[in-house]
Amino acid sequence: HLATSLPLPSERDHLRPRIDLIAFMIDIKSKYSLKNVEASLAHVDASFFLGKVCFLVTGVGRVNYCSVEMNAIWKLGEVYCSPVLFCELELEGIRVATAQRLVRMLQICAGHIPGVSALCFGSLMRNSADD
Amino acid sequence: MDETVAEYIRRTVLKIPRDEIKTMLQKWGFLSETQLQTINFHQIKENISQDVVQLCEENSADIKQAAVLDIIYNHIYPNKRVWSVYQMNKTGEETEFFDLTDFKKKFKRRLRSALKNVTINFREYEDNAIWIRIAWGTPYTKPNQYKTSYVVYHSQTPYVFVSASVLKSNLPLLCQALVVASNYHDIREMELRSHSLNSLKDIVFKRYSQNFQTYCPRPLQERNVAPESADLRIIQENRHEKERIQRVNREVFGDGPQPQLEFAQYKLETMFKSDSKMDVLDKKEPFRCMVKFSSPHLLESLKSLAPAGMADAPLSPLLTCIPQKARNYFKIREKKSLFPGSFMKIIFKDHYRAWGRRDSWNIDVSKKFPSSFSGY
Repeated sequence: HLATSLPLPSERDHLRPRIDLIAFMIDIKSKYSLKNVEASLAHVDASFFLGKVCFLVTGVGRVNYCSVEMNAIWKLGEVYCSPVLFCELELEGIRVATAQRLVRMLQICAGHIPGVSALCFGSLMRNSADD
Repeated sequence: MDETVAEYIRRTVLKIPRDEIKTMLQKWGFLSETQLQTINFHQIKENISQDVVQLCEENSADIKQAAVLDIIYNHIYPNKRVWSVYQMNKTGEETEFFDLTDFKKKFKRRLRSALKNVTINFREYEDNAIWIRIAWGTPYTKPNQYKTSYVVYHSQTPYVFVSASVLKSNLPLLCQALVVASNYHDIREMELRSHSLNSLKDIVFKRYSQNFQTYCPRPLQERNVAPESADLRIIQENRHEKERIQRVNREVFGDGPQPQLEFAQYKLETMFKSDSKMDVLDKKEPFRCMVKFSSPHLLESLKSLAPAGMADAPLSPLLTCIPQKARNYFKIREKKSLFPGSFMKIIFKDHYRAWGRRDSWNIDVSKKFPSSFSGY
């Protein structure tokens, strides 16, 4: 499901399946996208932050056009205890690889991988990032 | 043949893309078919131009013929120059019969009476367009063929398109000559400038697709809107909002291609409005500021702003009125302003590559074809 911001429009509530993973996309070239994500985070139930939220930062290939500070992004990841992924949507290889990562995460969050829970995976990702 | 004429012809030929040289020479008609057959158009342009000059030498070309070649070049590539639009006025309703010979005679006489050293050439085209090429000299020097102005006059309209190039001081003289020759009373410059001559004509002759106000008391339930993505697994949560934006956009901009403009410039002479905490100026004087939007295709970029999520829909009328008002240079003043709500309120969700000096912003609204919107 694609949405431009949260909260989701209520008229489709009955059509929506259970949400297993929320990926917030931040375009590193647009300060507005960061602001939009920060505003939308306020509408997310606390239980999602136990491994079912991640931040996807796009547009990292073009270094000259960064508008968003890296510190702000790291801080966001820390404050909301969620992993931060970086990708460049314009390159097919990276796009496909990122999609595969997200699908993997989704499988874990949906409970399809026995023995690994979303929370456990989330803390695994966070610990490896700190190293 | 004069040295200067030879050099001028050579340089004009060098400007033409190699694949077009033969057709353009044929249009020119000064060299015969047999002469053109003798030129090898596959060699480098340098050599082609030498061959052409050689043949012109045989035919004893003079500056008049060389000027015609220049007009033909500029007619096919008008977008290399910047064009401004002038509108002529006459009091009285009589539509006089337009006499081309009379126009040319009066124009030349008026211009030459003020400045002897000018080269004037005319060429008519099918759409009632008269192209005038003027090479300017001074009272003491011969006309400089490289300092030319072009005028395109559609005789059935009060509009004149002028590409003045460097010598702005000759503009009043040119305007006077036009008014006298065309039997109008006065002429004024419109605040409309662009590289694309055809787009200027589209705007002024209202040939672009205009929006029609459609009044829908209730939003229609669009069930058969074409899905953006063929993949049915992707579900757009904000589809209604997207559809609203498309609808508003279509109402404002119409369906067809937009005229091509490169700039919109807004000079603000308004008071700085802020809450009292942010007292920037002690004295209450107008805050002078200029905002300039630039893009390879400004109107298409503006049209794609709301669908790309870069601005709210509907856009500010200051931006969307550009084709209707036939202007892209605006002065916004405090009282008696053009629009109610005197200061410009454009909701841009991001300073998209905005940078500026202390007193002006340049906002680059470049459009990247075909699908995504970006600033690079």
